[in-house]
Amino acid sequence: MDVLLDNLDLFERGFLNTIQLFVLAAIGSLVLGMVLAMLRVSPVPFLRAAGTAYVTLFRNTPLTLIFFFFAFAFPLLEIVSISYFTAAVTALSLYTAAFICEVVRSGINTVPVGQAEAARALGLGFGQILTSVVLPQATRAVVPPMVSTLIALLKNTTVAAGFSVAEAGAIRDYLSERGEPALTGLLWVALFFVILVVPMTLLQRSLEKRWSVAR
Amino acid sequence: MSSVLFDLPGPRARARHRLLAVVGVVVIAAIIGFVIYRFAVTGQFASRMWEWLLYEKVQLDLVSSLLATLQAFALGAVLALVFGAVFAAGRLSDHAVLRVPSTAIVEFFRAVPLVVMIFIFHYGIGLGAPFNSVVLGLMLYNGAVLAEIFRSGVESLPRGQREAAYALGMRKTQVMLLVLLPQAVRAMLPTIVSQLVVLLKDTALGFLITYPELLYYARYLGGIAEFGRPLVPVTMVVAAMYIVMCLLLTWLAHYLERRNRRSKKAVPTAPTALGEDGDVAVTAVAGTGQLTSQQY
Repeated sequence: MDVLLDNLDLFERGFLNTIQLFVLAAIGSLVLGMVLAMLRVSPVPFLRAAGTAYVTLFRNTPLTLIFFFFAFAFPLLEIVSISYFTAAVTALSLYTAAFICEVVRSGINTVPVGQAEAARALGLGFGQILTSVVLPQATRAVVPPMVSTLIALLKNTTVAAGFSVAEAGAIRDYLSERGEPALTGLLWVALFFVILVVPMTLLQRSLEKRWSVAR
Repeated sequence: MSSVLFDLPGPRARARHRLLAVVGVVVIAAIIGFVIYRFAVTGQFASRMWEWLLYEKVQLDLVSSLLATLQAFALGAVLALVFGAVFAAGRLSDHAVLRVPSTAIVEFFRAVPLVVMIFIFHYGIGLGAPFNSVVLGLMLYNGAVLAEIFRSGVESLPRGQREAAYALGMRKTQVMLLVLLPQAVRAMLPTIVSQLVVLLKDTALGFLITYPELLYYARYLGGIAEFGRPLVPVTMVVAAMYIVMCLLLTWLAHYLERRNRRSKKAVPTAPTALGEDGDVAVTAVAGTGQLTSQQY
Protein backbone atom coordinates (compact mmCIF):
# COMPACT_ATOMS: atom_id res chain seq x y z
CA MET A 1 0.00 0.00 0.00
CA ASP A 2 2.85 2.35 0.87
CA VAL A 3 4.36 1.91 -2.56
CA LEU A 4 1.10 3.13 -4.08
CA LEU A 5 0.47 6.00 -1.65
CA ASP A 6 4.02 7.31 -1.66
CA ASN A 7 4.19 7.36 -5.43
CA LEU A 8 0.65 8.36 -6.25
CA ASP A 9 1.93 11.04 -8.63
CA LEU A 10 3.73 8.42 -10.70
CA PHE A 11 0.71 6.16 -10.94
CA GLU A 12 -1.57 9.10 -11.75
CA ARG A 13 0.70 10.36 -14.52
CA GLY A 14 1.26 6.86 -15.90
CA PHE A 15 -2.38 5.93 -16.11
CA LEU A 16 -3.39 9.35 -17.45
CA ASN A 17 -0.89 8.83 -20.24
CA THR A 18 -2.22 5.33 -20.85
CA ILE A 19 -5.78 6.59 -21.11
CA GLN A 20 -4.69 9.42 -23.38
CA LEU A 21 -2.88 6.95 -25.64
CA PHE A 22 -5.91 4.69 -25.61
CA VAL A 23 -8.42 7.41 -26.50
CA LEU A 24 -6.31 8.91 -29.28
CA ALA A 25 -5.42 5.52 -30.76
CA ALA A 26 -9.04 4.37 -30.48
CA ILE A 27 -10.26 7.40 -32.44
CA GLY A 28 -7.51 6.99 -35.01
CA SER A 29 -8.05 3.28 -35.51
CA LEU A 30 -11.85 3.59 -35.64
CA VAL A 31 -11.65 6.21 -38.39
CA LEU A 32 -8.98 4.36 -40.37
CA GLY A 33 -10.66 1.00 -39.77
CA MET A 34 -14.00 2.28 -41.09
CA VAL A 35 -12.32 3.65 -44.20
CA LEU A 36 -10.54 0.33 -44.74
CA ALA A 37 -13.77 -1.61 -44.27
CA MET A 38 -15.44 0.62 -46.86
CA LEU A 39 -12.55 -0.12 -49.22
CA ARG A 40 -12.89 -3.85 -48.61
CA VAL A 41 -16.58 -3.97 -49.59
CA SER A 42 -16.38 -1.41 -52.38
CA PRO A 43 -17.32 -2.30 -55.96
CA VAL A 44 -13.87 -1.34 -57.29
CA PRO A 45 -11.56 -4.37 -57.36
CA PHE A 46 -8.40 -2.32 -56.98
CA LEU A 47 -9.64 -0.64 -53.80
CA ARG A 48 -10.70 -4.04 -52.40
CA ALA A 49 -7.23 -5.43 -53.09
CA ALA A 50 -5.59 -2.43 -51.43
CA GLY A 51 -7.72 -2.90 -48.30
CA THR A 52 -6.94 -6.61 -48.18
CA ALA A 53 -3.23 -5.99 -48.60
CA TYR A 54 -3.22 -3.52 -45.71
CA VAL A 55 -5.10 -5.87 -43.40
CA THR A 56 -2.89 -8.87 -44.25
CA LEU A 57 0.25 -6.85 -43.76
CA PHE A 58 -0.62 -5.31 -40.41
CA ARG A 59 -2.41 -8.27 -38.88
CA ASN A 60 0.60 -10.49 -39.36
CA THR A 61 3.18 -8.08 -38.02
CA PRO A 62 3.91 -8.02 -34.29
CA LEU A 63 2.82 -4.77 -32.66
CA THR A 64 6.25 -4.50 -31.11
CA LEU A 65 7.79 -4.44 -34.57
CA ILE A 66 5.51 -1.60 -35.66
CA PHE A 67 6.49 0.31 -32.53
CA PHE A 68 10.11 -0.50 -33.30
CA PHE A 69 9.73 0.91 -36.79
CA PHE A 70 8.14 4.16 -35.70
CA ALA A 71 10.44 4.70 -32.73
CA PHE A 72 13.79 3.85 -34.33
CA ALA A 73 13.57 3.50 -38.10
CA PHE A 74 11.03 6.20 -38.99
CA PRO A 75 13.18 9.12 -37.76
CA LEU A 76 15.93 7.95 -40.14
CA LEU A 77 13.62 8.59 -43.09
CA GLU A 78 13.54 12.28 -42.09
CA ILE A 79 9.94 12.86 -43.18
CA VAL A 80 8.69 14.60 -40.07
CA SER A 81 10.19 14.41 -36.64
CA ILE A 82 7.68 12.90 -34.25
CA SER A 83 7.76 12.51 -30.50
CA TYR A 84 7.73 9.05 -28.95
CA PHE A 85 4.14 9.66 -27.87
CA THR A 86 3.03 10.44 -31.43
CA ALA A 87 4.95 7.40 -32.65
CA ALA A 88 3.08 5.24 -30.13
CA VAL A 89 -0.32 6.64 -31.15
CA THR A 90 0.52 6.08 -34.84
CA ALA A 91 1.72 2.52 -34.30
CA LEU A 92 -1.31 1.58 -32.18
CA SER A 93 -3.75 3.18 -34.63
CA LEU A 94 -2.26 1.53 -37.70
CA TYR A 95 -2.18 -1.87 -36.00
CA THR A 96 -5.66 -1.75 -34.44
CA ALA A 97 -7.25 -0.34 -37.61
CA ALA A 98 -6.62 -3.67 -39.37
CA PHE A 99 -8.63 -5.49 -36.70
CA ILE A 100 -11.41 -2.88 -36.61
CA CYS A 101 -11.66 -3.22 -40.40
CA GLU A 102 -12.11 -6.98 -40.12
CA VAL A 103 -14.74 -6.64 -37.38
CA VAL A 104 -16.77 -4.15 -39.43
CA ARG A 105 -16.43 -6.13 -42.64
CA SER A 106 -17.56 -9.39 -41.09
CA GLY A 107 -20.39 -7.51 -39.40
CA ILE A 108 -21.55 -6.36 -42.82
CA ASN A 109 -21.32 -9.94 -44.01
CA THR A 110 -23.76 -11.13 -41.34
CA VAL A 111 -26.61 -9.03 -42.72
CA PRO A 112 -28.78 -11.38 -44.80
CA VAL A 113 -28.44 -11.06 -48.54
CA GLY A 114 -32.19 -10.41 -48.87
CA GLN A 115 -31.89 -7.10 -47.04
CA ALA A 116 -29.44 -5.66 -49.52
CA GLU A 117 -31.35 -7.18 -52.44
CA ALA A 118 -34.61 -5.67 -51.26
CA ALA A 119 -32.93 -2.29 -50.85
CA ARG A 120 -31.51 -2.58 -54.33
CA ALA A 121 -34.91 -3.54 -55.70
CA LEU A 122 -36.22 -0.30 -54.19
CA GLY A 123 -33.63 1.54 -56.24
CA LEU A 124 -31.25 2.63 -53.49
CA GLY A 125 -27.64 3.25 -54.44
CA PHE A 126 -24.50 1.77 -52.88
CA GLY A 127 -24.10 4.57 -50.37
CA GLN A 128 -27.77 4.55 -49.43
CA ILE A 129 -27.86 0.77 -49.03
CA LEU A 130 -24.84 0.88 -46.79
CA THR A 131 -25.86 3.80 -44.60
CA SER A 132 -29.60 3.25 -44.23
CA VAL A 133 -30.04 -0.52 -44.54
CA VAL A 134 -26.92 -2.60 -43.99
CA LEU A 135 -24.86 -0.66 -41.46
CA PRO A 136 -27.67 -0.11 -38.93
CA GLN A 137 -28.24 -3.86 -38.88
CA ALA A 138 -24.56 -4.71 -38.92
CA THR A 139 -24.03 -2.62 -35.79
CA ARG A 140 -25.53 -5.41 -33.70
CA ALA A 141 -22.92 -7.87 -34.88
CA VAL A 142 -20.13 -5.32 -34.86
CA VAL A 143 -20.29 -3.66 -31.46
CA PRO A 144 -19.47 -6.60 -29.14
CA PRO A 145 -16.31 -7.68 -31.01
CA MET A 146 -15.44 -4.01 -31.42
CA VAL A 147 -15.43 -3.62 -27.65
CA SER A 148 -13.12 -6.66 -27.48
CA THR A 149 -10.77 -5.04 -29.96
CA LEU A 150 -10.74 -1.88 -27.87
CA ILE A 151 -9.96 -3.89 -24.74
CA ALA A 152 -7.03 -5.38 -26.61
CA LEU A 153 -5.98 -1.88 -27.62
CA LEU A 154 -6.06 -0.75 -23.98
CA LYS A 155 -3.81 -3.64 -23.01
CA ASN A 156 -1.56 -3.09 -26.01
CA THR A 157 -0.82 0.48 -24.95
CA THR A 158 1.61 -1.01 -22.41
CA VAL A 159 3.95 -2.01 -25.24
CA ALA A 160 4.76 1.70 -25.47
CA ALA A 161 6.61 1.33 -22.16
CA GLY A 162 9.48 -0.22 -24.09
CA PHE A 163 9.66 2.79 -26.41
CA SER A 164 10.16 5.72 -24.07
CA VAL A 165 6.53 6.64 -23.43
CA ALA A 166 5.85 7.30 -19.75
CA GLU A 167 2.63 5.32 -19.46
CA ALA A 168 1.42 2.69 -17.00
CA GLY A 169 3.82 -0.02 -18.17
CA ALA A 170 6.76 2.32 -17.56
CA ILE A 171 5.86 3.08 -13.93
CA ARG A 172 8.33 0.38 -12.92
CA ASP A 173 11.29 2.30 -14.38
CA TYR A 174 10.50 5.38 -12.32
CA LEU A 175 9.76 3.33 -9.21
CA SER A 176 13.12 1.62 -9.37
CA GLU A 177 14.75 5.04 -9.71
CA ARG A 178 13.15 5.94 -6.39
CA GLY A 179 14.34 2.66 -4.91
CA GLU A 180 10.89 1.14 -4.49
CA PRO A 181 10.36 -2.63 -4.88
CA ALA A 182 9.44 -3.40 -8.49
CA LEU A 183 7.15 -6.30 -7.69
CA THR A 184 4.69 -4.37 -5.50
CA GLY A 185 4.51 -1.53 -7.99
CA LEU A 186 3.89 -3.89 -10.91
CA LEU A 187 1.20 -5.75 -9.01
CA TRP A 188 -0.59 -2.44 -8.43
CA VAL A 189 -0.34 -1.69 -12.15
CA ALA A 190 -1.79 -5.14 -12.90
CA LEU A 191 -4.63 -4.54 -10.45
CA PHE A 192 -5.50 -1.18 -12.03
CA PHE A 193 -5.60 -2.84 -15.43
CA VAL A 194 -7.98 -5.47 -14.09
CA ILE A 195 -10.16 -2.66 -12.74
CA LEU A 196 -10.12 -0.91 -16.12
CA VAL A 197 -10.67 -4.04 -18.22
CA VAL A 198 -13.31 -5.91 -16.22
CA PRO A 199 -16.11 -3.33 -16.70
CA MET A 200 -15.40 -3.28 -20.43
CA THR A 201 -15.55 -7.09 -20.51
CA LEU A 202 -18.86 -7.06 -18.64
CA LEU A 203 -20.24 -4.46 -21.03
CA GLN A 204 -19.13 -6.55 -23.99
CA ARG A 205 -20.74 -9.72 -22.58
CA SER A 206 -24.03 -8.03 -21.85
CA LEU A 207 -24.12 -6.46 -25.30
CA GLU A 208 -23.35 -9.80 -26.84
CA LYS A 209 -26.08 -11.55 -24.88
CA ARG A 210 -28.66 -8.88 -25.57
CA TRP A 211 -27.92 -8.53 -29.27
CA SER A 212 -26.99 -12.00 -30.37
CA VAL A 213 -30.66 -13.09 -30.43
CA ALA A 214 -31.41 -10.88 -33.38
CA ARG A 215 -33.18 -12.58 -36.31
CA MET B 1 -21.00 -11.64 -50.40
CA SER B 2 -20.12 -8.01 -50.70
CA SER B 3 -21.37 -8.15 -54.26
CA VAL B 4 -25.02 -7.95 -53.13
CA LEU B 5 -24.39 -4.44 -51.95
CA PHE B 6 -24.36 -3.14 -55.48
CA ASP B 7 -26.03 -3.94 -58.76
CA LEU B 8 -24.32 -5.17 -61.87
CA PRO B 9 -22.86 -1.85 -62.96
CA GLY B 10 -24.32 -0.13 -66.00
CA PRO B 11 -22.30 2.07 -68.33
CA ARG B 12 -22.36 5.11 -66.05
CA ALA B 13 -21.54 3.12 -62.94
CA ARG B 14 -18.72 1.40 -64.79
CA ALA B 15 -17.29 4.74 -65.78
CA ARG B 16 -17.57 5.93 -62.18
CA HIS B 17 -15.87 2.78 -60.91
CA ARG B 18 -13.11 3.20 -63.43
CA LEU B 19 -12.64 6.78 -62.26
CA LEU B 20 -12.55 5.62 -58.62
CA ALA B 21 -10.04 2.92 -59.48
CA VAL B 22 -7.83 5.46 -61.23
CA VAL B 23 -8.07 7.82 -58.25
CA GLY B 24 -7.29 4.93 -55.91
CA VAL B 25 -4.28 3.85 -57.97
CA VAL B 26 -3.01 7.42 -58.06
CA VAL B 27 -3.44 7.98 -54.31
CA ILE B 28 -1.84 4.69 -53.31
CA ALA B 29 0.92 5.02 -55.89
CA ALA B 30 1.57 8.50 -54.52
CA ILE B 31 1.84 7.19 -50.94
CA ILE B 32 4.11 4.28 -51.89
CA GLY B 33 6.07 6.49 -54.25
CA PHE B 34 6.61 9.06 -51.50
CA VAL B 35 7.84 6.37 -49.10
CA ILE B 36 10.21 4.96 -51.73
CA TYR B 37 11.37 8.49 -52.53
CA ARG B 38 12.15 9.11 -48.85
CA PHE B 39 13.96 5.77 -48.71
CA ALA B 40 16.02 6.71 -51.73
CA VAL B 41 16.77 10.25 -50.51
CA THR B 42 17.96 9.04 -47.13
CA GLY B 43 20.10 6.43 -48.84
CA GLN B 44 18.28 3.32 -47.65
CA PHE B 45 18.72 1.65 -51.04
CA ALA B 46 22.45 2.29 -51.18
CA SER B 47 24.31 -0.99 -51.59
CA ARG B 48 26.28 -0.27 -48.43
CA MET B 49 23.09 -0.44 -46.37
CA TRP B 50 22.39 -3.96 -47.62
CA GLU B 51 25.93 -5.28 -47.43
CA TRP B 52 25.30 -6.90 -44.05
CA LEU B 53 23.15 -9.52 -45.72
CA LEU B 54 26.23 -10.94 -47.42
CA TYR B 55 28.15 -11.78 -44.25
CA GLU B 56 27.95 -15.38 -43.20
CA LYS B 57 28.22 -14.46 -39.52
CA VAL B 58 25.24 -12.12 -39.82
CA GLN B 59 23.22 -14.73 -41.67
CA LEU B 60 23.99 -17.36 -39.05
CA ASP B 61 23.15 -14.96 -36.22
CA LEU B 62 19.91 -14.04 -37.94
CA VAL B 63 18.98 -17.70 -38.17
CA SER B 64 19.90 -18.37 -34.56
CA SER B 65 17.82 -15.40 -33.35
CA LEU B 66 14.98 -16.69 -35.49
CA LEU B 67 15.42 -20.03 -33.76
CA ALA B 68 15.27 -18.26 -30.39
CA THR B 69 11.94 -16.74 -31.42
CA LEU B 70 10.67 -20.12 -32.57
CA GLN B 71 11.92 -21.75 -29.37
CA ALA B 72 9.94 -19.33 -27.20
CA PHE B 73 6.96 -19.85 -29.50
CA ALA B 74 7.11 -23.64 -29.41
CA LEU B 75 7.53 -23.97 -25.67
CA GLY B 76 5.00 -21.21 -25.00
CA ALA B 77 2.47 -22.81 -27.34
CA VAL B 78 2.75 -26.27 -25.80
CA LEU B 79 2.53 -24.92 -22.27
CA ALA B 80 -0.35 -22.61 -23.15
CA LEU B 81 -2.29 -25.51 -24.68
CA VAL B 82 -1.76 -27.56 -21.52
CA PHE B 83 -2.66 -24.63 -19.26
CA GLY B 84 -5.75 -23.94 -21.39
CA ALA B 85 -6.88 -27.56 -21.27
CA VAL B 86 -6.44 -27.80 -17.49
CA PHE B 87 -8.27 -24.57 -16.74
CA ALA B 88 -11.00 -25.24 -19.29
CA ALA B 89 -11.61 -28.51 -17.45
CA GLY B 90 -11.64 -26.55 -14.19
CA ARG B 91 -14.17 -24.05 -15.50
CA LEU B 92 -16.41 -26.85 -16.79
CA SER B 93 -16.20 -28.77 -13.53
CA ASP B 94 -19.33 -29.54 -11.52
CA HIS B 95 -17.58 -28.68 -8.29
CA ALA B 96 -17.62 -25.04 -7.30
CA VAL B 97 -14.35 -25.61 -5.45
CA LEU B 98 -12.62 -26.06 -8.80
CA ARG B 99 -14.84 -23.91 -10.95
CA VAL B 100 -14.66 -20.64 -9.02
CA PRO B 101 -10.87 -20.44 -8.64
CA SER B 102 -10.23 -21.46 -12.24
CA THR B 103 -12.70 -18.83 -13.46
CA ALA B 104 -10.98 -16.20 -11.34
CA ILE B 105 -7.52 -17.20 -12.55
CA VAL B 106 -8.55 -17.26 -16.20
CA GLU B 107 -10.27 -13.88 -15.96
CA PHE B 108 -7.30 -12.37 -14.14
CA PHE B 109 -4.71 -13.49 -16.65
CA ARG B 110 -6.87 -12.33 -19.52
CA ALA B 111 -7.25 -8.86 -18.04
CA VAL B 112 -3.61 -8.14 -17.24
CA PRO B 113 -1.58 -6.91 -20.21
CA LEU B 114 1.05 -9.39 -21.32
CA VAL B 115 3.77 -6.74 -21.05
CA VAL B 116 2.96 -6.07 -17.40
CA MET B 117 2.93 -9.81 -16.73
CA ILE B 118 6.33 -10.30 -18.36
CA PHE B 119 7.68 -7.33 -16.39
CA ILE B 120 6.36 -8.85 -13.16
CA PHE B 121 8.16 -12.11 -13.87
CA HIS B 122 11.36 -10.50 -15.07
CA TYR B 123 11.81 -7.43 -12.88
CA GLY B 124 9.45 -8.19 -10.02
CA ILE B 125 10.09 -11.81 -9.20
CA GLY B 126 13.33 -12.18 -11.09
CA LEU B 127 13.18 -15.49 -12.88
CA GLY B 128 16.71 -15.27 -14.19
CA ALA B 129 17.05 -15.57 -17.94
CA PRO B 130 14.58 -13.44 -19.93
CA PHE B 131 13.54 -16.59 -21.77
CA ASN B 132 11.78 -17.91 -18.65
CA SER B 133 9.74 -14.76 -18.15
CA VAL B 134 8.74 -14.59 -21.81
CA VAL B 135 7.63 -18.21 -21.94
CA LEU B 136 5.79 -18.00 -18.63
CA GLY B 137 4.00 -14.83 -19.70
CA LEU B 138 3.02 -16.32 -23.06
CA MET B 139 1.83 -19.47 -21.35
CA LEU B 140 -0.37 -17.72 -18.79
CA TYR B 141 -1.89 -15.11 -21.08
CA ASN B 142 -2.52 -17.28 -24.12
CA GLY B 143 -3.37 -20.26 -21.92
CA ALA B 144 -6.15 -18.23 -20.31
CA VAL B 145 -7.50 -17.25 -23.70
CA LEU B 146 -7.24 -20.84 -24.96
CA ALA B 147 -9.12 -22.03 -21.86
CA GLU B 148 -12.01 -19.79 -22.90
CA ILE B 149 -11.82 -21.13 -26.46
CA PHE B 150 -11.87 -24.76 -25.30
CA ARG B 151 -14.72 -24.08 -22.89
CA SER B 152 -16.90 -22.32 -25.43
CA GLY B 153 -16.11 -25.13 -27.86
CA VAL B 154 -17.42 -27.72 -25.44
CA GLU B 155 -20.43 -25.62 -24.51
CA SER B 156 -21.36 -25.01 -28.11
CA LEU B 157 -21.86 -28.73 -28.77
CA PRO B 158 -25.46 -29.94 -28.99
CA ARG B 159 -26.71 -31.07 -25.59
CA GLY B 160 -27.73 -34.42 -27.04
CA GLN B 161 -24.09 -35.45 -27.34
CA ARG B 162 -23.54 -35.27 -23.62
CA GLU B 163 -26.93 -36.78 -22.79
CA ALA B 164 -26.48 -39.69 -25.17
CA ALA B 165 -23.06 -40.42 -23.70
CA TYR B 166 -24.47 -40.43 -20.19
CA ALA B 167 -27.33 -42.64 -21.36
CA LEU B 168 -24.76 -45.14 -22.60
CA GLY B 169 -23.48 -45.34 -19.05
CA MET B 170 -20.27 -43.40 -19.49
CA ARG B 171 -18.71 -41.63 -16.56
CA LYS B 172 -18.08 -37.90 -16.41
CA THR B 173 -14.44 -38.21 -17.45
CA GLN B 174 -15.30 -40.56 -20.28
CA VAL B 175 -18.00 -38.24 -21.56
CA MET B 176 -15.55 -35.37 -21.59
CA LEU B 177 -12.54 -37.20 -23.01
CA LEU B 178 -14.21 -39.53 -25.49
CA VAL B 179 -17.22 -37.55 -26.67
CA LEU B 180 -17.08 -33.83 -26.01
CA LEU B 181 -13.41 -32.91 -26.30
CA PRO B 182 -12.67 -34.51 -29.69
CA GLN B 183 -15.62 -32.71 -31.24
CA ALA B 184 -14.89 -29.42 -29.51
CA VAL B 185 -11.24 -29.41 -30.53
CA ARG B 186 -12.22 -30.16 -34.09
CA ALA B 187 -14.74 -27.34 -34.21
CA MET B 188 -12.39 -24.85 -32.59
CA LEU B 189 -9.21 -25.82 -34.43
CA PRO B 190 -9.10 -22.71 -36.65
CA THR B 191 -9.63 -20.47 -33.64
CA ILE B 192 -6.93 -22.30 -31.70
CA VAL B 193 -4.45 -21.90 -34.53
CA SER B 194 -5.33 -18.21 -34.82
CA GLN B 195 -4.52 -17.85 -31.14
CA LEU B 196 -1.18 -19.51 -31.81
CA VAL B 197 -0.51 -16.82 -34.43
CA VAL B 198 -1.07 -14.27 -31.65
CA LEU B 199 1.38 -16.18 -29.49
CA LEU B 200 3.96 -16.12 -32.27
CA LYS B 201 3.57 -12.36 -32.66
CA ASP B 202 3.75 -11.85 -28.91
CA THR B 203 7.18 -13.47 -28.71
CA ALA B 204 8.41 -10.12 -30.06
CA LEU B 205 7.66 -8.67 -26.62
CA GLY B 206 10.79 -10.48 -25.47
CA PHE B 207 12.58 -7.54 -27.07
CA LEU B 208 11.44 -5.34 -24.15
CA ILE B 209 13.25 -7.48 -21.59
CA THR B 210 16.30 -8.15 -23.78
CA TYR B 211 15.49 -11.70 -24.73
CA PRO B 212 17.84 -12.21 -27.71
CA GLU B 213 15.15 -12.95 -30.28
CA LEU B 214 14.67 -11.66 -33.82
CA LEU B 215 13.73 -8.08 -32.98
CA TYR B 216 16.48 -7.74 -30.41
CA TYR B 217 19.03 -8.87 -32.95
CA ALA B 218 17.56 -6.43 -35.46
CA ARG B 219 18.16 -3.58 -32.99
CA TYR B 220 21.75 -4.70 -32.51
CA LEU B 221 22.40 -5.19 -36.21
CA GLY B 222 20.78 -1.86 -37.09
CA GLY B 223 23.19 -0.02 -34.83
CA ILE B 224 26.43 -1.37 -36.24
CA ALA B 225 28.37 1.57 -37.65
CA GLU B 226 30.49 -0.51 -40.01
CA PHE B 227 27.40 -1.45 -42.01
CA GLY B 228 26.23 2.19 -41.99
CA ARG B 229 23.59 1.63 -39.26
CA PRO B 230 21.18 -0.21 -41.58
CA LEU B 231 18.20 -0.01 -39.21
CA VAL B 232 15.59 0.54 -41.93
CA PRO B 233 16.70 -2.35 -44.19
CA VAL B 234 17.02 -4.65 -41.18
CA THR B 235 13.53 -3.74 -39.98
CA MET B 236 12.14 -4.51 -43.42
CA VAL B 237 13.83 -7.91 -43.57
CA VAL B 238 12.71 -8.85 -40.05
CA ALA B 239 9.15 -7.69 -40.75
CA ALA B 240 9.09 -9.88 -43.86
CA MET B 241 10.27 -12.84 -41.76
CA TYR B 242 7.53 -12.34 -39.19
CA ILE B 243 4.86 -11.88 -41.84
CA VAL B 244 5.90 -15.06 -43.65
CA MET B 245 5.85 -17.08 -40.41
CA CYS B 246 2.42 -15.75 -39.41
CA LEU B 247 1.01 -16.26 -42.90
CA LEU B 248 2.20 -19.88 -42.86
CA LEU B 249 0.35 -20.43 -39.59
CA THR B 250 -2.74 -18.57 -40.84
CA TRP B 251 -2.64 -20.65 -43.97
CA LEU B 252 -2.60 -23.76 -41.79
CA ALA B 253 -5.69 -22.44 -39.98
CA HIS B 254 -7.49 -21.94 -43.29
CA TYR B 255 -6.45 -25.36 -44.49
CA LEU B 256 -7.78 -26.98 -41.33
CA GLU B 257 -10.99 -25.00 -41.61
CA ARG B 258 -11.51 -26.12 -45.19
CA ARG B 259 -10.79 -29.74 -44.35
CA ASN B 260 -13.11 -29.52 -41.39
CA ARG B 261 -15.96 -28.16 -43.47
CA ARG B 262 -15.54 -30.79 -46.15
CA SER B 263 -15.92 -33.66 -43.71
CA LYS B 264 -19.54 -34.71 -43.28
CA LYS B 265 -19.04 -35.86 -39.75
CA ALA B 266 -17.87 -32.48 -38.56
CA VAL B 267 -20.01 -30.70 -36.05
CA PRO B 268 -21.60 -27.58 -37.43
CA THR B 269 -19.60 -24.73 -35.98
CA ALA B 270 -21.98 -23.63 -33.33
CA PRO B 271 -23.04 -20.10 -32.54
CA THR B 272 -20.17 -19.53 -30.22
CA ALA B 273 -20.03 -15.87 -29.68
CA LEU B 274 -16.81 -16.07 -27.78
CA GLY B 275 -16.64 -13.34 -25.26
CA GLU B 276 -12.97 -12.73 -25.62
CA ASP B 277 -10.91 -9.74 -25.28
CA GLY B 278 -7.69 -9.57 -27.13
CA ASP B 279 -7.57 -8.69 -30.73
CA VAL B 280 -10.70 -10.10 -32.18
CA ALA B 281 -11.51 -10.73 -35.75
CA VAL B 282 -14.91 -12.05 -36.62
CA THR B 283 -15.46 -14.49 -39.38
CA ALA B 284 -18.86 -15.39 -40.59
CA VAL B 285 -19.11 -19.14 -40.79
CA ALA B 286 -20.25 -20.05 -44.25
CA GLY B 287 -23.92 -20.68 -44.61
CA THR B 288 -24.97 -20.15 -41.02
CA GLY B 289 -24.42 -16.43 -40.75
CA GLN B 290 -23.33 -17.07 -37.20
CA LEU B 291 -20.41 -15.41 -35.60
CA THR B 292 -17.28 -17.13 -34.49
CA SER B 293 -14.87 -14.67 -33.14
CA GLN B 294 -11.18 -15.31 -33.18
CA GLN B 295 -8.40 -13.68 -31.36
CA TYR B 296 -5.60 -12.24 -33.30
